[in-house]
Amino acid sequence: MKKNNTKFLAGGLGQLTIPLVAIALLVIFNLIRDPGFFSIGIMHNNAGNIVLAGNLISIINGASELAILAMGMTMVTAACGGQDISVGAAAAIAGSVFVKVLKSADSIGGGTVIGAFLLACIVAMLFGTFNGILVAVFKIQPMIATLILYTCGRSIAYWINGGATPTVESPIINAIGSFIPGIPIPTPVLIVVVMGILFKLLFHFTSLELFTQSVGINGSAARLNGINSTFIKLLSFIILGVCVAVSGSIGVSRLGLINHETLLLDIEMDTILAVAIGGNNLGGGKFKIGGSIIGAYVIQMLTITLYAMKVSSTDVKAYKAIVIILLVVIGSPVVKEKFGKFMSKMLENRKKVSVKGAEES
Amino acid sequence: MKMNNAKNREPLTDTQLLMSITIVIFVVMYLIAMIFLGGGFLHAQQIFDMLNDNASLIIVSCGLTIVMIGGGIDISVGAVTSLVVMSCVLYLNNGGNILVSIFLAVGIGLAFGLVQGFLISYLEIQPFIVTLAGMFFARGMTTILSVNPQKADHEGFAKLRDAKIEINALGYTAKNGNLVPARMELGVVVALACVVLIFILLKYLRLGRNFYAMGGNQQSALMLGINVKRTRFLSYILSGLLSGISGYVFMLHTGAGNATNAAGMEMNAIASSIIGGTLLTGGVGNVAGTFFGTLTLTTIKKIVVSSGLNDPWWQSITTGGMLCFFILLQSVVLSKRSKKKKQ
Amino acid sequence: MQEEVLLQMRHIEKRFPGVLALNGVDFTLRKGEIHALMGENGAGKSTLIKVLTGVYQMDGGEISVEGTNISIRSPQDAQNKGISTVYQEITLCPNLTVAENMFIGREGGAWVKHKDYEKRADEILTHLGIPARSTQQLGNCSLAVQQMVAIARAVDMNCKVLILDEPTSSLDDKEVNMLFDLMRDLKAKGVGIIFVTHFLEQVYEVSDRITVLRNGELVGEYLTEELPQVELVAKMIGKELDELSNLGDTEEKEHKDSEVLYEASNLSSTDAMPFDFSIRKGEVNGFTGLLGSGRSESVRAIFGADKVTGGSVKIKGKPVKITKPIDAMKNGIGYLAEDRKRDGIIAELSVRENIILALQVMNGLFKPISRSEAEAFADEYIKVLNIKTASRETPVGSLSGGNQQKVILARWLLTHPDYLILDEPTRGIDVGTKLEIQKLVLKLAEEGVSVTFISSEVEEMLRTCSRLIVMRDRHIVGELKGADLNQTQVMKTIAGGEA
Repeated sequence: MKKNNTKFLAGGLGQLTIPLVAIALLVIFNLIRDPGFFSIGIMHNNAGNIVLAGNLISIINGASELAILAMGMTMVTAACGGQDISVGAAAAIAGSVFVKVLKSADSIGGGTVIGAFLLACIVAMLFGTFNGILVAVFKIQPMIATLILYTCGRSIAYWINGGATPTVESPIINAIGSFIPGIPIPTPVLIVVVMGILFKLLFHFTSLELFTQSVGINGSAARLNGINSTFIKLLSFIILGVCVAVSGSIGVSRLGLINHETLLLDIEMDTILAVAIGGNNLGGGKFKIGGSIIGAYVIQMLTITLYAMKVSSTDVKAYKAIVIILLVVIGSPVVKEKFGKFMSKMLENRKKVSVKGAEES
Repeated sequence: MKMNNAKNREPLTDTQLLMSITIVIFVVMYLIAMIFLGGGFLHAQQIFDMLNDNASLIIVSCGLTIVMIGGGIDISVGAVTSLVVMSCVLYLNNGGNILVSIFLAVGIGLAFGLVQGFLISYLEIQPFIVTLAGMFFARGMTTILSVNPQKADHEGFAKLRDAKIEINALGYTAKNGNLVPARMELGVVVALACVVLIFILLKYLRLGRNFYAMGGNQQSALMLGINVKRTRFLSYILSGLLSGISGYVFMLHTGAGNATNAAGMEMNAIASSIIGGTLLTGGVGNVAGTFFGTLTLTTIKKIVVSSGLNDPWWQSITTGGMLCFFILLQSVVLSKRSKKKKQ
Repeated sequence: MQEEVLLQMRHIEKRFPGVLALNGVDFTLRKGEIHALMGENGAGKSTLIKVLTGVYQMDGGEISVEGTNISIRSPQDAQNKGISTVYQEITLCPNLTVAENMFIGREGGAWVKHKDYEKRADEILTHLGIPARSTQQLGNCSLAVQQMVAIARAVDMNCKVLILDEPTSSLDDKEVNMLFDLMRDLKAKGVGIIFVTHFLEQVYEVSDRITVLRNGELVGEYLTEELPQVELVAKMIGKELDELSNLGDTEEKEHKDSEVLYEASNLSSTDAMPFDFSIRKGEVNGFTGLLGSGRSESVRAIFGADKVTGGSVKIKGKPVKITKPIDAMKNGIGYLAEDRKRDGIIAELSVRENIILALQVMNGLFKPISRSEAEAFADEYIKVLNIKTASRETPVGSLSGGNQQKVILARWLLTHPDYLILDEPTRGIDVGTKLEIQKLVLKLAEEGVSVTFISSEVEEMLRTCSRLIVMRDRHIVGELKGADLNQTQVMKTIAGGEA
């Protein structure tokens, strides 16, 4: 009975059930509240481009940085059984490096932007390596190890920026942060798609997925099968570093400036949440990147829905917390088991009642 | 300790070892500051200032230490502190009663502890996620109560806030020849009381010892006859309760509620606990260590400022460096120890 | 000797899905005796212990203590009823002091009476001659002392029945003697001790009676002095002595002509004593000896599974360096680990992923096996090895033990090794699968693969191996081949001393 119930709850979709159900509920709720909520309009933006607009677009666009970070965080979670809480701070560093290079150039051309991004990537990967060495070599729990960079990361960004909030003005940066002329889809969304494809290719052309899962599920067996788990753990942090650089650069491009204090503030919490809502076990092991991406969109859709209900941006957190707790309580194994027992008891009682009823009649 | 121990010295327990390291480093650091920087470091008021500014951090760190000893984590403590400040200020400003406001603070903390503890212990949901949601909820509720800073203008409260304990013996003579006594706020008394009480709880009460057992080896604790679920539940309740008290102390210090109050306090509290020798793996730690961990963190910031490095970023960079140093030191010390035992 | 019955277990039955782990087992423990419970892997002794301590609930039978029938619901319940267990892996808290560990979980009141406990603990420790001080942190004591503290705790809880589950496996001789003195002391006080071990000498040194289990059934209960060591081994392994001597020669295979594939001299690891060993192409050899004799540790050293600390290795005459598993794999060595759950399967991954894992690791990170290729491999081996699984995408953790083992076998076969090490491949799986695996080993040898086969069932090894290396107390004590390759000789060598 118990087995049947969990199977039923888990459904054929396995770990994606919870995030998909959450999205479905949010969609239905919004459609009832406002049938036009998801309508997509076409309009001209300031630059005169034809672009798509509407709540759906702002949800998908707004979740871009979160979705990218969630992809990397999933790898770290799977391999190390813990989370990196320094992603926001590291993104501020990467963003600062990005701006620093752009500012140092005389004119901002395509080459400069690529160079700036590559340097940001390298810096973020170095910080990822620092975290990774603490975790993989010194065997310190990820949360504690990354607490160091969490504490001082934004100050390093401040130092890079020389204490100011430098701005960059360039059509290219503007295009990265909003729209590329002629393409009606926001560029950050396209970058998410590219990152998703890159991960897909990574898993297709390497056996990283298999190795990471093996290390996360059963480290001892992975070792006896010749997997170098130190390297795999380190690699997961380096991959997360790339994601950090990408989302940091997007964040900077959106505003055209780097503010080390506010860039992607508190995003580490949302990122971890996205991974958890995506049905990934925070204790490591089997993972689905897709789940984490959906998790990111669930969080953003929830936020935008609350905004649409005139909840102020600072109050959103409280409602978000309630939804999160509901989701994890429903997903908790103990609750599933109790619920299963309760259901079987109910069925039994009903049987008894019907038998009784039959006897009486 | 007893006389005979001097002859027959026991090797230190892990907890004692890590705590001793912290205390030694703190004392050495402070001495160096006194010798090379002089100035404020030569006055007792420096220590009192550090305590005045960090009383509420010390209190939440104690709560976090309890949870971490039991092998868990609570990142809602800073947000709960902030919520308590805002609630109490608003209540007092609307003609509330001081005594009731204290109950309100403790009640809010307890409520968070109860709900989070229940979800973590009895529904077995990951503590990080539960307390993250708790943190979101508390921060959100704070801004729902008021986005704008609220200053407490309650008369009785103002008296309480301004009450200072003055110790002449530790004061110093100012340039104009007047004696300036060392001043300590009421919150510090509360914080010190919390440290002492939790110290007693962890060392001499059955419950405290059960926290250690649970964090040391949960399976063993179960086999030894400890009700692990209830013990874990109680650890989160205590942490919630202390967050409530911390909120009140915070309000006593600042006298105002602000949505950004105690921002990042949870991470400072975790850092204090770690520097004080508490391991996130559980089973090892001590509030006395945490107390000195908080002081160490504060001292390093003071030293940075006194050295003329006024840019705020120096503070967090040295804090990060300090944290890195302690984490690596502990990792090396403990792994050396376990290797030694194997041989 | 007192003959008062303390504990009686009658017709105990315990079923696991697909396996009858205990089939009507009787066990009797008298007051003031040390009773050894013997049997090889899968014999059911640990299941019996777990039923007695409330970890498992029995499916049939009854238990009585001092004549009253009792039911045991949990380990806690067992303790309250005077049945205490000291496990091989210490179940105390390493971060607490000795005194705290002795009294935690069983004291009243809110306060920890440190002074009281320390005084009482010191009294008990001195009384029992345990070299520890009450204020020491338990984790800083040696394993032997930790074990004794666990016993002291049990004794102080007025236990009537004390179960010692493999208490000596991590102790040295001196520590073992200390433990035995303690056991004799307790025996004199009327405690009944159940002693589970795989060290035969220790059984003869300290026990009064022996109960032997095999395949979940009771073989018999004997007075220790009336049961010679060789007979005990025979009873554990499953052939009566007469029958053994009548057994004919096993099929003889000589490999003198084939080249030496693997050769190690003075090889040692953190867990294995230095040893010499070589194997020829197409040869099947075995490491035998009771559990804990060092047989598994030796083959782990060959594979580089534990940190190799010395010695040299040649493969096909060429010197090679094998310090970690990947080195061994690249040199054509495969290793099926003893503990399937801990070191073998990746439980949540599918059959397909588990099968291709080792080959994939050898291919490296950048040459992934394509999905279709992997599916073909999985299908092939599911068919060849007759793996019973719903599909190739089923998580391997949900398969039965025998099928999990076949998946791991498939994993190594797929790497086409020259030399395959199988450590207890037939442990805890059904008879049919056992036979299949034995046949497979012989088939591989015919194809030119060298195989090292380890099993606790000597009969199985005699059927498959042409050479047996016998280990005792972490040292190789004999090498049997040809005419010597029979059960009587094997048992004599295992048992050692006078037969």
